[in-house]
Amino acid sequence: MHPAPSIIAFTTLSGLGFGLLAWLGIDSTPPTGMVGFVFFALAFLLAAGGLMASTLHLGHPERAWRAFSQWKTSWLSREGVCAVLAMGTMALYAAALVFTGTHIVWLGLLGAALSLATVFTTSMIYTQLKTVPRWNSRLTPLLFLVLAISGGALLSGRVSMASGLLFAAGIIQIVWWRKTDSAFSERNHTLGTATGLGDRGDVRSMAHPHSSPNYLMKEMVYVVGRKHAQNLRVISLVLMSVLPVIFLAMPYPHVFGFLAVLSHLIGVAVSRWLFFAQAEHVVGLYYGMR
Amino acid sequence: MTQLPETTTRKLGLVIDLDTCVGCHACVISCKGWNTENYGAPLSDQRPYGEEPMGTFLNRVHTYEVQPESGPAQTVHFPKSCLHCETAPCVTVCPTGASYKRVEDGIVLVNEDNCIGCGLCAWACPYGAREMDQEEKVMKKCTLCVDRIYNENLPEIDREPSCVRTCPAGARHFGDFSDPDSHVSRLVKDRGGMDLMPEQGTNPVNKYLPPRIKDTWGQENPLAPYLDTVHDTPTGFLGWIDSQLSRLPSGSKEGSE
Repeated sequence: MHPAPSIIAFTTLSGLGFGLLAWLGIDSTPPTGMVGFVFFALAFLLAAGGLMASTLHLGHPERAWRAFSQWKTSWLSREGVCAVLAMGTMALYAAALVFTGTHIVWLGLLGAALSLATVFTTSMIYTQLKTVPRWNSRLTPLLFLVLAISGGALLSGRVSMASGLLFAAGIIQIVWWRKTDSAFSERNHTLGTATGLGDRGDVRSMAHPHSSPNYLMKEMVYVVGRKHAQNLRVISLVLMSVLPVIFLAMPYPHVFGFLAVLSHLIGVAVSRWLFFAQAEHVVGLYYGMR
Repeated sequence: MTQLPETTTRKLGLVIDLDTCVGCHACVISCKGWNTENYGAPLSDQRPYGEEPMGTFLNRVHTYEVQPESGPAQTVHFPKSCLHCETAPCVTVCPTGASYKRVEDGIVLVNEDNCIGCGLCAWACPYGAREMDQEEKVMKKCTLCVDRIYNENLPEIDREPSCVRTCPAGARHFGDFSDPDSHVSRLVKDRGGMDLMPEQGTNPVNKYLPPRIKDTWGQENPLAPYLDTVHDTPTGFLGWIDSQLSRLPSGSKEGSE
């Protein structure tokens, strides 16, 4: 699948933002006043910034409001609804904390749940697609959620919690890679089943419909840069989990804390790039490619 | 709405005969022509005369080679357009309700005025039936020529999808699959019509008829005796020249035998 920068930025940043919102929501002693303002502003910037980035890949962003209507069937629509509800709830919770110093516990818990629900709905947009076997796995929501929660813990300065979660995120990422590497072949999708001609012999694509790549091939059959996938996986894992855990164990928490966040963010972005670039869509079979 | 209808009154769709298709791409061109001039946004082209030309097509013809375990390989031309699936995954993923499946005839359509161009429906389709128009930034797909089949301004003979009307080989058939006695239902029954990628669970309405098994001529080519005109052992005047030349020191001894 084509790794659109806007979607990578969106899932990375908003995942982190909603993760932070969730931690702020369940905090028994949440920050108030100016400190609270900075934390919430950061969380909203990440979450909303990510959502704004995601509209960049739309053909008609001016019609984006229509996307709230089909929550009964569409995970993309559910994501939009959840995101607005989560940010609305957390905005009220934050306003009470920042401006009046009141801690409305139930509102925070509700906002935290909605924030995690938003991350879950984001992951389901990909998980639901039977056409992309690598994504169509129960582990995909787990991966998105653990990355959001560990990133949020890191951003909210929970050092010991973040270390544990980052370690867990690394493990889940490795398991996700291992499990999904064989997903396509396990589904037994071949050019034979795609054309219905498989029982007659080996089917081979002889000529594409057109002489140069079309929208389908550019969007669904993205093969550039896959040869570096193994190296990028290691880089992603080191930046996402290993380095932040080491940084968190260092003195000078502000300097190394910042480095840990930066490293984690880049690591997640690399992981998300691979999430798309390595995902193979079944339509590639019709073109004799994967 | 993007909820799929439980049943549709009729099931309009196509039968594509892989035995008959000659791969001329006439259906591709007529589809592009009709759907550029009629329903919805025109099907744009990018760099049509430049490098890497690209464009929106609702119907594309692939060509495959099938190599059986023994015997010669077979070439199969393979037109592919929207299969108007009964459980269309492209419809339910749509966040805006722009994609829908009609209750009255089962045609899957896009309301382009409501399409935000997110592309998720194209991701959800296993067949590559949906293409984002690069100019209009909305999703385009086969409409089963909904603006022809009910169009009373057209002569009756033209009230079928443009690709079907155009096909010079008669490889495309249009009809109602909910009627077991329809032309298309009978073709599917008689010729073993099949689904593409059935393991995706999309229940496509369109069916494909597999190529018939080819005739065999046996081992002996009937034209072989007529082709066998080269003499290994020349006779007469040529035979004499052959034998004389073969006597020379550098001459071939084999020819004189």
